[in-house]
Amino acid sequence: MFYDRDIKNRLMLGTAQYPSPEVLRAAIAASDVEVITVSLRREGSGGAGFRDILRQSGCRILPNTAGCHTAREAVTTAHMARELFGTNWIKLEVIGHADTLQPDPFGLVEAARILCADGFEVFPYTTEDLIVGEKLVEAGCRVLMPWGAPIGSGQGLRNIGGLRAMRAHFPKVPLIVDAGIGAPSQAMLAMELGFDGVLLNTAVAKARDPVAMARAFAQAVTAGLDAYRAGLMPARDMAQASTPVFGMAELLA
Amino acid sequence: MHIDLNGASYETAAQTLAGLIDETGAEADAVATALNGAFIPRDARSETPLIQGAKVEILAPMQGG
Repeated sequence: MFYDRDIKNRLMLGTAQYPSPEVLRAAIAASDVEVITVSLRREGSGGAGFRDILRQSGCRILPNTAGCHTAREAVTTAHMARELFGTNWIKLEVIGHADTLQPDPFGLVEAARILCADGFEVFPYTTEDLIVGEKLVEAGCRVLMPWGAPIGSGQGLRNIGGLRAMRAHFPKVPLIVDAGIGAPSQAMLAMELGFDGVLLNTAVAKARDPVAMARAFAQAVTAGLDAYRAGLMPARDMAQASTPVFGMAELLA
Repeated sequence: MHIDLNGASYETAAQTLAGLIDETGAEADAVATALNGAFIPRDARSETPLIQGAKVEILAPMQGG
């Protein structure tokens, strides 16, 4: 599935912005997620407690390169993360603009090429641009993570047509919608479109009840995946009676 | 000597990156290090000399999205 790891729960959860470490721990447990994202920062207080949560969660860690604006920074951060977390997985973010937090596709492809050649298993945070996706796959990425909407915006899938085209263009590449999801219905829609996973953080962490919201997202992602596998009916322009006409009584006097 | 540690100016007696980590009290196995923007693996810290004005980052796992 994702770099030969079988991940059953297709919801992936960020660990930032929760009201407390205890709520984070409970949200991870309630959603039963298998993959959580983390970052590397200058250590403040509470570092040891956070490391305990990571260990106890039993989750696979997906470190990010959040905040990096150049390929070089991202590559250095990835190496630091690999040593610290003992994983080749890296959520590669090369941010192009501080306000939009839009990926810089040029730096992203450059960093992906360096990291893939160095044995990293790269999860690139990208746009729905097909050519950028192709360049990332050429660079060695075996997963792509298009944004749904700008990070933290909660707008959902802002370009459904583009995401649908991406799904069709990369039938064999696992695709995860990363960023911008605000509601479980939006996560479910991504899964119904055939995406292989959804990664989100703010929508859960900033909910009034993050634990209940984590559970709601997990249910939505499961429902969306089930629906996609079950095969959605095609939409029609016109009505079509579902009850058979055959055998209907004549009651007009 | 004077170095830049995690973005702040810092006076150290340590001669190597490993010495600096000891001096700051950071847990050596719980941090990752970079010198002047380049990753320094754990094994290489004791052979990595510090020089005046070096830019050192000592990073730890933190919450992230």
